[in-house]
Amino acid sequence: MLLLILKRIGLGLITLFIVSLITFVGVEVLPGDACTTYLEREAYGAALDACIKRLGLDVPAYERYLDWASNVVRGDFGYSLSGEMPINEVLGPRVKNSLVLASVSILIGIPLAIVLGIITALWRDKLPDIMISTITIFSMTIPEFISATLLILVVAIWLGWLPGIVIIPSDATFYELLSNIILPVVAISMIMTAHMARMVRSSVIQVMASDYVQMAILKGVPYWKMVFRHVLPNALLPAINVVALTIAWLLGGVVVTEVVFNYPGLGRLVIESISNRDLPVVQALAIILASIYVGINLIADLMTLMLNPRLKSLQIRK
Amino acid sequence: MNEIIESVKNLSIGFNSQKGKQISILRNVSTNIKKGETVGIVGESGSGKSTLALAMMGYIKQGLFPLKGECLFKSKDLLKMSSRQLEKIRGRKIAMIPQNAGQALTPNLKIGYQIDEALKLHTDLNKTERDKKISELLNKVRLPSPETMAFRYPHELSGGQQQRVAVAMALAGKPDLLLLDEPTTGLDVTTQAHVLELLRFIAKDTGTSMIYVSHDLGAIAQVSDRIVVMYAGEIVLEGPARKILKEPIHPYTYGLLKSIPKLSLAGLPASMPGSQPQPGSINEGCSFYDRCNLATDNCKKNSPDLEHIKELDTNVRCFNYRELINQNNNLQTSITKKLNNSEANEVLKLMDVSISYAKQKFFDQLLNKISDQNPTVKDINIDIKKGETIALVGESGSGKSTILKSIAGLLKTKDGQIKFENDRILSSDLKMRNPNDLRAIQLIFQNPDESLNPNHTVEQILSQPLKLYFNLSGEELKKNIIDLLKKVRLGEFYMSRYPRQLSGGEKQRVAVARAFAAKPDIILCDEVTSALDVSVQAAVLNLLQQLKEDLGTTYVFVSHDLAVVRAISDRVAVLYQGRLCEIGPSQNVYKFPSHPYTEVLLGAVLEPDPDIKPKLVAEDIVEEKPPEKGCSFQGRCPRKIGDICNLEVPPWQIGENGNAIRCHINIDELASLQQ
Repeated sequence: MLLLILKRIGLGLITLFIVSLITFVGVEVLPGDACTTYLEREAYGAALDACIKRLGLDVPAYERYLDWASNVVRGDFGYSLSGEMPINEVLGPRVKNSLVLASVSILIGIPLAIVLGIITALWRDKLPDIMISTITIFSMTIPEFISATLLILVVAIWLGWLPGIVIIPSDATFYELLSNIILPVVAISMIMTAHMARMVRSSVIQVMASDYVQMAILKGVPYWKMVFRHVLPNALLPAINVVALTIAWLLGGVVVTEVVFNYPGLGRLVIESISNRDLPVVQALAIILASIYVGINLIADLMTLMLNPRLKSLQIRK
Repeated sequence: MNEIIESVKNLSIGFNSQKGKQISILRNVSTNIKKGETVGIVGESGSGKSTLALAMMGYIKQGLFPLKGECLFKSKDLLKMSSRQLEKIRGRKIAMIPQNAGQALTPNLKIGYQIDEALKLHTDLNKTERDKKISELLNKVRLPSPETMAFRYPHELSGGQQQRVAVAMALAGKPDLLLLDEPTTGLDVTTQAHVLELLRFIAKDTGTSMIYVSHDLGAIAQVSDRIVVMYAGEIVLEGPARKILKEPIHPYTYGLLKSIPKLSLAGLPASMPGSQPQPGSINEGCSFYDRCNLATDNCKKNSPDLEHIKELDTNVRCFNYRELINQNNNLQTSITKKLNNSEANEVLKLMDVSISYAKQKFFDQLLNKISDQNPTVKDINIDIKKGETIALVGESGSGKSTILKSIAGLLKTKDGQIKFENDRILSSDLKMRNPNDLRAIQLIFQNPDESLNPNHTVEQILSQPLKLYFNLSGEELKKNIIDLLKKVRLGEFYMSRYPRQLSGGEKQRVAVARAFAAKPDIILCDEVTSALDVSVQAAVLNLLQQLKEDLGTTYVFVSHDLAVVRAISDRVAVLYQGRLCEIGPSQNVYKFPSHPYTEVLLGAVLEPDPDIKPKLVAEDIVEEKPPEKGCSFQGRCPRKIGDICNLEVPPWQIGENGNAIRCHINIDELASLQQ
């Protein structure tokens, strides 16, 4: 068991290493370097030389990679070009803001999705299912930037209930954030919840048709007891991995939504730093997003392993 | 004994077809279950037997609904009860033992919890009493070490153990009536015999009434007092078990009994033409009309009622049953088959073949070798003569299918050689074999539903080998396909059909035709009749035999069913844990002296005759791995003589009639032991 966890973690680290290589190489092969792209028309003479010296671009690429990588491992991403401040300082509040946005969406979205999925499955083809399924399929088909824009139009402009865009500094406190993030959270969790609810629905339906559920009914187990003891544990297990994928996929949604709402999170930073040609920041962001992705999938794998008695004993026996 | 506990009255159950027509699956079924009796409900798939059994618990599958009639349990109609009321009856008054316990036990709950759940629902015992009761129940169904068993998950048990847990669970509520839906189907022969023995013991011990649903007349014969025979949703025959099995007076039952291969008979069983009609396809007349050889014009127009015959204590649904009374002495006959000319040349030789499923270690992978000291299949030496049918027999895990896959080239061998025609070595790697060798060896799979592409028509399915091996096209291709269909007794109009439009037997015929399309020398048959109904099985066996006699094909026939093997094969090889135990001409293998394992297998076979009881000589424990040293059967052998069996691989001994037995016991001594 322990060996397996270590193996998975090792694989995750290898993935991260490959990602870092790819981003580094990607940045390297772009025409020009960080200085020429950043300085643009002033990229000549003393200014360019100074920049190159400052960023250490005069040493060979592999040395720079090793240098950069060893710093990253120690948690230091170097300096950003535009602000000329440590990237860690730029990232810190942004990471926090995005985490708040994502985790609130997840905390609302996952339980909601599970409940909706169960309701639609248990009342399959009846009124609750038809209503909820229509809504979920509808919200699945609308991309975030449209639903976000519509939400701003309806809730912020027509009704005037909530602010349309987020105008707070990136180091705002959690309470300041909260009233501002309602609309972004709705926009993000809509698609995510819809996807997960469909998944939970089909999983529950499948389990409800299984022999062991029929057996439980014929054993005289009352309906709700059967649902909670015999159906849900088996139906939600395969959903864990899908939830992990959805969360990872939510990162992309976060980027788009943050831009629409002008939310000071990681997503907007991605867009900003790309348009500013701030390559060190882009590199740092790529590594961070990849780590989140790998981390979530790792957690999901381990959870499935812990919760599934089949896999658990399989591992122990080996 | 005469108190009726459940009575079904004029029950019809059906569904609405897509065209809005009402189609019945059960038609006008009435029967009574008396206290303490065991009723066997027998029928082929689609006869409505499971639907009937479930309705007797007030359970109707999704999509179906009752059309008329009632199921009275202690004179209350189960079909009109609320789910609250049903929860009080299910598990407490009527309990179910499901077909496939492996799937019917909830995978995330421990065995103990699942039994405890039934106890909590249906008894007033407190926690400590319940724990004691769980041990008691597990002990009663003869599971080893009940205390630790309760803490296991279902997947940690073998198939037979899972089935025993299901029995324990059903007994928890002390029901008056036990419903058993194919409880032994899918178990190995020896396990099946043990579970049946247990059920019989429980029926006697507790006085519980039982309804035993099965397609297997052999199992039904062992447990039932009374038998109900179902066909196309109707009861066609009902009466005391002995009468039904020995003197069946309905032509369907008569044909069914004749189509079962029997251990005591060499030769092929007689088959019934056609197959069971689809629900809703019969509008008038007897549902058995087009398969019946007693049918008259009357049968076509009018459907017979269930008639009670007082002197036989039997109900029968047939106009012409009288013709069958006193005609039953020829039940024990079979079609004799042409014996193979044993002078022919060897076409396939397996020499010291070993096969391993062990994962290759990294370095071994580089060196392309397998370093498994205890492979799944070991030291197989079989010479197969041209035109003979050789059967590989054994329980699950005996390696019979593994050997078949190796011959086909789907699995690499670890050691040994497979030689084909004139001692040419066949590569164990499929990609290295030449196209002609690939053509010469064809496979037929167990389940035609899975081996035929559902999106291809029969024409497309059959044209693939013809195009691949013979480059046929156009008119010639079509002519060949029609010829093939004719060979397997299917008409030209089948060409445009999809597999889903065919019955199980027809699908398997298409699969046979596909194998023969390659004009193969050897056909490997992997449990080809296991998924088929008995009457259809007999037809497929006859077809295979006919094709072989006409074309001189060689069959390697893998099966777990000893009676089927007896019917079709010229020679039999008995396998245990991937090692050969016995090999010889089939008439000799089925006679004593034989290997102790063969003896155990033969003893466990269930014959459709209440007078022939299975002999249980060995424990039905499941061994996961072959033993590292000595005889492969040492763990279960009832005739084990001592340490020599654990340490030394037994020698081959040749009997008088040419069957070879691998045992430490002298063959003459074995003969006298087995008398």
